[in-house]
Amino acid sequence: MTRHFLPLAIFAALIVLLGVGLTLNPREVPSPLVGKPAPHFELPQLHQPAKTFSQKDMIGKVWLLNVWASWCVSCREEHPVLLDLAKSGLVPIFGLDYKDTREEGLPWLRRMGDPYQLSAFDGDGRIGIDYGVYGVPETYLIDKHGIIRYKRIGPLTPEIVRQKLVPLVNELNRG
Amino acid sequence: MALAAELRCLVCQNQTLADSNADLAVDLRNQIREKMKQGVGEADIVDFFVARYGDFVLYRPPFKATTALLWLGPLILFAAGLVTLFNRIRRRRIPEEINLTDAERERVRDLLADNKPNQR
Repeated sequence: MTRHFLPLAIFAALIVLLGVGLTLNPREVPSPLVGKPAPHFELPQLHQPAKTFSQKDMIGKVWLLNVWASWCVSCREEHPVLLDLAKSGLVPIFGLDYKDTREEGLPWLRRMGDPYQLSAFDGDGRIGIDYGVYGVPETYLIDKHGIIRYKRIGPLTPEIVRQKLVPLVNELNRG
Repeated sequence: MALAAELRCLVCQNQTLADSNADLAVDLRNQIREKMKQGVGEADIVDFFVARYGDFVLYRPPFKATTALLWLGPLILFAAGLVTLFNRIRRRRIPEEINLTDAERERVRDLLADNKPNQR
């Protein structure tokens, strides 16, 4: 009896494993940056190139760094979620315009709406590499001490905002 | 750029940085080139990438607690296969060792004799 049952059991286990594998997203690579200080940058701002923005300016605040670009298709999908989040006033959102040009980035924000307090301009994508960016949009939640507490690769959805961001932001603001 | 062949392109995940023409791969190759010009060692460049993208960028992941199953899994399966094989072979030999009693031997002789009447 066990002789016939064993191969069947192994087969069933394999199917379960493969089935679970199918539901995982290989694009969601766990970031080694979570729990580490946000990498340093000092970049010109998108709207006012003469002024700079640095992650240091945000020490003492819980904030969101959202990497976007005018050429990024999923950013369009994500944009309404960011606009809603900005309107809710839960957490200040700062943009990182990644591998973009000012000539395209600025009109894009004018057309789509601007959820950002301000956007830093990373034209050559240098800072993106320091942040381990590989699939725009990406979003980082950074705490008062400048530590990255959460990273999302790909567009934010209302579910992620509700289930992940809201509780985390509230917790970090208390701490 | 042998190093670029050891690192994974994060955009097209089954290609190395050397193979991939994705925008990001080009940028990362330029990073490697720049760092090499500055005289940064290979190990340090690899660390630079691991710090940003995790062990996933390495085509040869390091051996540690989280990757132990990955490295040892095939060996464990092979060992399990060997054990099963040996058990089967041993079980197959058991019937040879059956001992007959004297009475049984007598009976076997009678039966064999009965079946060959022509030779009597």
